[in-house]
Amino acid sequence: MPVPHVTLRGVTKVFPASAGGQGVHALGPIDVEIDKGEFFAIVGPSGCGKSTLLELIAGLLPVTEGHIEFEGRRIGHDIPDGVGVVFQEDACFPWLTVRDNVAFGLRDAAFDAKERARRVDAAIAMMGLREFADSYPAQLSGGMRQRVCIARTLVAQPRLILLDEPFGALDQQTRLLMGDEVLRLWRETGATVFLITHALDEAAMLADRIGVMSARPGKVIDVVQTGWPRDRDSRIVEREQFGAITSRLWKTLRDESMKTMGRMTTPA
Amino acid sequence: MSRVRICQTAVIAGFVLLLEALCVGGVIDKVTMPPPHRIAVDFFKLLTTKTLYPEIGKSMANVLLAFVLAYVLGIVIGTALHGYRTLRDTLDPLFATYYAIPVFAFYPRCIVMFGLGDGPQVLIGFLLGIVAVIVTTLNGLDRVPNVLRKTALVSRLTPLQTALHVTLPFCAPYLLTAAKLALAYAFIGVIGSEFIMARSGMGYEIGFAYTNFDNATMYPLILLILLLSVIMNSALSRWEKVLLARRGQQ
Repeated sequence: MPVPHVTLRGVTKVFPASAGGQGVHALGPIDVEIDKGEFFAIVGPSGCGKSTLLELIAGLLPVTEGHIEFEGRRIGHDIPDGVGVVFQEDACFPWLTVRDNVAFGLRDAAFDAKERARRVDAAIAMMGLREFADSYPAQLSGGMRQRVCIARTLVAQPRLILLDEPFGALDQQTRLLMGDEVLRLWRETGATVFLITHALDEAAMLADRIGVMSARPGKVIDVVQTGWPRDRDSRIVEREQFGAITSRLWKTLRDESMKTMGRMTTPA
Repeated sequence: MSRVRICQTAVIAGFVLLLEALCVGGVIDKVTMPPPHRIAVDFFKLLTTKTLYPEIGKSMANVLLAFVLAYVLGIVIGTALHGYRTLRDTLDPLFATYYAIPVFAFYPRCIVMFGLGDGPQVLIGFLLGIVAVIVTTLNGLDRVPNVLRKTALVSRLTPLQTALHVTLPFCAPYLLTAAKLALAYAFIGVIGSEFIMARSGMGYEIGFAYTNFDNATMYPLILLILLLSVIMNSALSRWEKVLLARRGQQ
């Protein structure tokens, strides 16, 4: 039986109490297994701990209980090798050009300068940024800056890509197009993708499986299999099944979102 | 030339012309101040006769040393302090009140300790500048977006690499402001100390010329200090503008 690429076993996160306050049970326990090359999305109400979950997998935060394994190795205090993260916020380095931003992803790689330049150019071309290679982030749109961040992550050829609401700040059309880009890159790189999003349609369009999280403390209360073919793009939203998936997600999430808003569930 | 630059040039030219008129007209007597055209001639002589070059070189070397020490140590201390909240909070009152302390009052003490050489002058320039650099560095580091720190972490950078490749480059505009302050304080500290008590240097020569009514030396030296300070600060300001423009902040 193949070993899952990423395994979460009883993962719990409790933030310690600040002075005079109470500890916050943010997450868990969560049990999830993600296969190699799978596109797995997490949706959930605001404040349910989606981003905390991603930071736990990235090794940015320690788990309180349980454990996380990547490629069979436990993620401890060190940031695991082979993991790339794209954040929701603009993470471009404003003092570097697009080319230098992308090259930052290969800073410690043992390539010679020629191979490094080739890989950087390939990543820039892959994200359609060739004519902006010598521009500074301030000269680019929000969508282009996010593509720079994706290129910087991809150039290091991570085996696990963590996306933390990467299109959250973009308009709907750009999000759909960026979704197409991510799907293309996912197919081309063969990496496992773990996407955090609050947009149900985005999760339904991109993922093979979608984990639905409860209100805080976040737990995975449902896992939806989309059944999409690997070769897909944003036109999948036209399919009848797409509506069924988003409806199921919303049905599960509605009560949880209301809990987050502090309201009582109203009958349908 | 931009409209602002034309206005700036006109203000300076107007001020010089006013001084010229007041001096030539006898409102300001020539023992107090020679007319600007006379200062310009003496300034040219100062540069061509080269007799004061050793004094100028000595003062500039001390200014440079005080500046480099205050700047480098200020950035290192500021960066180190940023990671230690309690220590920073402990030192905050000192930083807040530091410039209320008359550092020059310690100059005689410095001379007792280090002698009448260059050491006390460099020390005063350094002491005046370092806290401005520390505070400005801390101010810049406070503004580094959390997402850039997280990016450094997922890129598996060590704390030193994070400082060198992420946080300090982000703070570059703040560090240039710190450089401008440190340079200005280095000039004030070194030239001021030479003026109070020294055996050589531009400040000493100005003081000596003043007590001997030697306006032909005093005013050109003052003009030289003004020009050097303004040129260096302008170069740093220009660089700061370029950095900010790249970041879309101009």
